[in-house]
Amino acid sequence: MMERLSEEAEEILESLWVMTVEGDNVGCLLTSLKVENDSPQLLELVQRAYVELRGDRVHLRKEGRPEAQMTVRRHRLAERLTMDILGIAGDEGNDQACEFEHLLRQGVDTKLCTLLNHPTTCPHGNPIPPGECCIVARQQGEPGIVALTELKSGESGEIAYLAASDDKKMQKLMSMGVLPGSQVTLMQKFPSYIFKVGHSQFAVDDMLAREIHIRRPVK
Amino acid sequence: MSAQQISPPKVILVGNPNVGKSVVFNALTGAYTTVSNYPGTSVEVSRGHCQIAEQRYEILDTPGMYSMMPITEEERVARRILLTEDPHAVVHVIDARNIERMLPMTLQLIEAGLPVILVVNILDEAKRLGMQLDLELLQKKLGIPVIGAVMKRKVGLEELRQAISDYAMVPYHPFIYAHDLEQDILQINQLIHGEYRLSRRATSILLMQKDDDIQELVAEKEAGNGYEQLIKVIREISFRRRADLHLQISLERRKICKQMLKDVVTQTINETEPFSEKLSRWMMNPLTGAPILILVVYFGLYQFVGGFGAGTLVDFLEGNLFETYINPPVVHFSEKYLTAHWLFELIAGEYGIWTLGIRYAVALVLPIVGTFFLVFSLLEDTGYFPRLALLVDRLFKKIGLSGRAVIPMVLGFGCDTMATLVTRTLETKRERIIATMLLALAIPCSAQLGVILGLLSAEPNALAVWTVFLLLVFLLIGFLASKILPGESPIFYMEIPPLRMPQLRNVMVKTLTRMQSYFVEILPLFLFASVVLWAGKMTGTLETVIDAFSPVVAAIGLPVEVTTAFVFGFFRRDFGAAGLYDLQSSGILNATQLTVSAVTLTLFVPCVAQFLVMIKERGIKVALTIFIFVTVLAFSSGWFLNKFLLATGWLA
Repeated sequence: MMERLSEEAEEILESLWVMTVEGDNVGCLLTSLKVENDSPQLLELVQRAYVELRGDRVHLRKEGRPEAQMTVRRHRLAERLTMDILGIAGDEGNDQACEFEHLLRQGVDTKLCTLLNHPTTCPHGNPIPPGECCIVARQQGEPGIVALTELKSGESGEIAYLAASDDKKMQKLMSMGVLPGSQVTLMQKFPSYIFKVGHSQFAVDDMLAREIHIRRPVK
Repeated sequence: MSAQQISPPKVILVGNPNVGKSVVFNALTGAYTTVSNYPGTSVEVSRGHCQIAEQRYEILDTPGMYSMMPITEEERVARRILLTEDPHAVVHVIDARNIERMLPMTLQLIEAGLPVILVVNILDEAKRLGMQLDLELLQKKLGIPVIGAVMKRKVGLEELRQAISDYAMVPYHPFIYAHDLEQDILQINQLIHGEYRLSRRATSILLMQKDDDIQELVAEKEAGNGYEQLIKVIREISFRRRADLHLQISLERRKICKQMLKDVVTQTINETEPFSEKLSRWMMNPLTGAPILILVVYFGLYQFVGGFGAGTLVDFLEGNLFETYINPPVVHFSEKYLTAHWLFELIAGEYGIWTLGIRYAVALVLPIVGTFFLVFSLLEDTGYFPRLALLVDRLFKKIGLSGRAVIPMVLGFGCDTMATLVTRTLETKRERIIATMLLALAIPCSAQLGVILGLLSAEPNALAVWTVFLLLVFLLIGFLASKILPGESPIFYMEIPPLRMPQLRNVMVKTLTRMQSYFVEILPLFLFASVVLWAGKMTGTLETVIDAFSPVVAAIGLPVEVTTAFVFGFFRRDFGAAGLYDLQSSGILNATQLTVSAVTLTLFVPCVAQFLVMIKERGIKVALTIFIFVTVLAFSSGWFLNKFLLATGWLA
């Protein structure tokens, strides 16, 4: 088993990915990576044939791409964790994310990704490269459970759960008989969501409709 | 009857909104409370009496409630009754079609140790949907009297009366929940020592769910009796169950209900879609719903209220009845016998009780308000309003309200005072304040509307300017208010009742009841206003007020005579509008002035009655703030509109 890449080497891979794969640069200047051509972290990468040094530019090699991709993934997952879940905003959030990302190895990233429900973008809107877990989740078919807003008019399903963002509103829905296990049919989507439970019809706005999650019937 | 009569045993009606509680109330008492096809019409508790076999009972009709744990103000009112009264029987009225989702509350009532009688109402519509119910079996399973009913046709009334008369409390067997839940309930139960109206089991469950009122009650009764320990246990349990306590309890109750309803309900599939369903869909679809709304407003409001009520009826009452037949003899009589000048003025003078008070009330206001209430009651009974609510929800969100607020807003076109009372049904304080303000500002009541439509209909352009300007003010002020007032924007959810063919008798009784309460409410105020104005005239105070006010009126480009109409407008909005009517008849106002004064008067302060209700509902501080804001806004809008119209020369 190869030794782990140093944190500094990971930072280089990350920058290379952002600039050359996501951006349209051809290679990266040593100066913009803030390294010398004999910096140890760079030599570490060259040694593994992840990168190639040509003149004053560093190029990401095919062999380095998977590692670079996963590094970016870990960074952006870390951002989701610090900013969305821990609620740390701004520069502080970025700094914390940089600390966290290096801890997300040996399956910790997979666990975090599953916990975060396989996010596809970071809080800044950049794509999070999908991991193994994301691909498996996708292959298990379209998600069986969707918000009421995602159903088509006329489509039916069973209420799977109510996302409880507001306790009182949820209680209201429950006391009206909108409970997990009830069969619903969406009748109309605009200007309000109208659905039928049993012999009753209800109208809700999109805020509330987003919190009612429906299990689609198996086709 | 014996002299030392004690208060009669009480029967409390409870149930979801729109299941026919009020119909049951009316059937039992023979009295009339407002019945409608709109969830949440009974905001207050109605009381009546009923005689069954020598025994007199007091019947209480409560606002709709969905569960024993209240969320809205109406539900709180209803539950408070259950917490404070000592009933002979609690009649739970449910809608047969939705028995599965309404039965959980029956369980809660039984669990609370209340003497419950279950009325399964609206059986006819359930049958039409292909439902068959075995209520005898249900009665056996629940262990309480169960009565099937179609109350609007009095089916089941005799059985209910019999059941009330025969009622004898039997100890109930608690419905058992999941083991872990039962353990927590038991743990709390053991720490409660006081006597409560609700059973200890129910009290424990409500404590676990962190019900505020119950917590307060328990804090009072258990003080110094291990209350700290109780609170500690409750906190521990609620924290442990923070994720899904309410859900688990709901699911447990539903499980029990499903078990209860097994073999009780059989459903046969009924495929054909009735016409009412189609019509309902058209009303809810914006593409067809908007034209339907326009038709309703045009025929219902413009043609019927504006044309027939404010036109034909007013002309007849005012022009024929009063001018030709009633006023001359009254004036003649007064001139002959009321020799004292002040007395003549009080009765038949310019602001006399007769000439101003009664004439306005009977000949101008009553026909307009009456026709409006007729249209409103008719629409209400069909179930149109909830459909309108979901249609306008998106728009109303922009002005800080939810679609729910459409009811007070529409009712405001009838009577802003009544509408302000109804704002109570809105869920957040923020919504209630915005709605109260918009009602005070930009919604003309039917009497005012009728007179103004009559005034402006000769000038279609003036009418258009008035309409557009008011609509703009309504939206703009609502929008700004929603930005300025703190608090979250409301969430909209509403049950959509099925469309029903309104019953003529119900509509008529409802219209008449509303007219009656309106008339009883306004006539004294009209007379009061007349007396104040008369006193003002006699003492010269009125002149002083009008003089003081006239620069403001002159500043917005109106002749000083209009000031009188504005001062009147303070006593009643329609009073002011009617004053304007007199001025227009005498040809003092040109088109621009007419429009400016109509707009200013519509925006101007609410009438005395509405202002009093505002204070009662929202508190003196909010009411006064709205009052001042509305006054300032009305005159600055008038000033602006005047400048604008003069500059553009639109109505010249």
